[in-house]
Amino acid sequence: MALFARTPVAPLEYSRTLWMRLWVGAVMVFLYAPLIVLMIFSFNDSKRNVVWRGFTTKYYEKALGNDQLVEALINSLTIAALATIVSLVLGAVAAVMLWRFRFPLKSAVDGTISLPIIVPEICLGVAFLMFFAAVNWPTDLIWPFNLGAITVAHITFCFPFVTMVVRSRLATFNREQEEAAKDLGASEWQVFRDVLIPHIKPALVAGALLSFTLSLDDFVITYFTSGPDTITFPVKVYSMVRFSVTPEVNAASTLLIILTVALTFVALKLQGVKAIAETH
Amino acid sequence: MAEQDWKANKGVFAAVSLPTLFWIILFFLVPMAIVWLYSFGENKGLTEIDISGTLDNYKRATEWLYLTIFGKSFAVAALVTLICLIIGFPVAMAITFASEKWRPWLLLGIMLPFWTNLLIRTYALMMLLGTQGFANKGLGALWEGTSWIKTLVGLQPLPTWEPVQLLFNNFAVVFGLVYVHLPFMVLPLYAALDRLDRSLIEASLDLGAGHFRTIMRIVVPLAAPGIVAGVMITLIPALGAYLTPDLMGGTDSQMIANVIERQFKKANDWPFGAALSFLLIYAMFALIAIQSMRKKVPEVR
Repeated sequence: MALFARTPVAPLEYSRTLWMRLWVGAVMVFLYAPLIVLMIFSFNDSKRNVVWRGFTTKYYEKALGNDQLVEALINSLTIAALATIVSLVLGAVAAVMLWRFRFPLKSAVDGTISLPIIVPEICLGVAFLMFFAAVNWPTDLIWPFNLGAITVAHITFCFPFVTMVVRSRLATFNREQEEAAKDLGASEWQVFRDVLIPHIKPALVAGALLSFTLSLDDFVITYFTSGPDTITFPVKVYSMVRFSVTPEVNAASTLLIILTVALTFVALKLQGVKAIAETH
Repeated sequence: MAEQDWKANKGVFAAVSLPTLFWIILFFLVPMAIVWLYSFGENKGLTEIDISGTLDNYKRATEWLYLTIFGKSFAVAALVTLICLIIGFPVAMAITFASEKWRPWLLLGIMLPFWTNLLIRTYALMMLLGTQGFANKGLGALWEGTSWIKTLVGLQPLPTWEPVQLLFNNFAVVFGLVYVHLPFMVLPLYAALDRLDRSLIEASLDLGAGHFRTIMRIVVPLAAPGIVAGVMITLIPALGAYLTPDLMGGTDSQMIANVIERQFKKANDWPFGAALSFLLIYAMFALIAIQSMRKKVPEVR
């Protein structure tokens, strides 16, 4: 214990006791070791990917030269971007509706909006499979319109999260600001744009990050809604993992992990680590 | 000013409510209703399904085979939740009582894997747990070490190390689900512990209770709502997990989601799959209802 402590450990400084540090350290190793090993082995010069045989970047070239994989990645990013934009608008609007108004059946509407968060992914995936089959959703459209079905499905499970985050932010809004703006002659739209939006901006950034990563991450729902021509990155990686374990998958995964970390740090730069942490 | 009545400002209400209602009805309630209707249907030919109002799909779901799979899914999800709670509680405590400087970074450390692709994380675990992965090598080294120590003290050495099968069995499924769901547990626990009145803990310690007793008698009861929330947030997705049992499980470690998937892909029995889906949803609702009942009890007293 004396190893780290310069001042005596106070009774409530649990995180300064040795066993707590060991526990947290072990959990962090548990969470990160597999990912770090995966990233290291993407540089491994071996087909079977179990023994280290020397450094190479050839699997990055191979992954980036794999047209299907690159196409899947572009599809995934496009879907995530579209789903994020629509989810932000829809989620913010729904949050304003639930925050500002009193209307009949409000608790039912409130409950229904949070249902997509609770319903298991597999059931949502099945529902979209049946829905798109029942309405004969066109499947032979040109890119990017062929991604419509997947994007719609993603928006449905992303926007309730945005609503949740924005709503908790709206709870801290001082309505006198809105009244002041109106007294000074602002219209509803101007109040929304110049007073409300700046207030909920941190929630919008957090909601955007959440939607983007949820969409990029989703396998199950996409697996049920994707056609033969609309492969997304997780669906492609899934078929590669099923087929064989190759360093190519590691290389592609490493690229996606770096993208996720980069996105997180952009969000941190915009809002600071505390604001992002608190919205969860 | 409290909430505004919708009639007071119909234009704005329409602008914010119509897009939301349109989307949630068309792209959530309608698909769900279709599943519900199909669960009362039967297959007529290869692609045709007749919604005849039959209860056969639900009857079939109560067959022993499917009951055991439901039971097993619950058992696995409950075990995963329990392990996550045991691992996650000290972590949440450590984050709560960490210094201002460290707390956000520890939180970020828990959240970053949560943002990383689930499939990638599962694949990373598969690499590690394979027969030639590091987990096996580590165990092998321990085995060799014990063997060497035994010869050192004059005992028979252990037999040579055989790689153990860590992947494609029930152990792998539980391990994988714990790995994936641990952040789900830590974050609500942290949120609850952070709101705790620290003077109560100090009072307990001052009055002579040990740390363990203080945690069991003071911290746990006060953080109960957060613990329940963490349990629900972990239990519900673990119960419906598809990817982990599919990739890391063996032939006997299927969970309910895998059975549902099979009805829509290989078995091509949509009505039965729809019925199983709704049974899973009802199970979720039951869990949530139990949770909200539990919440009301202290108010009555």
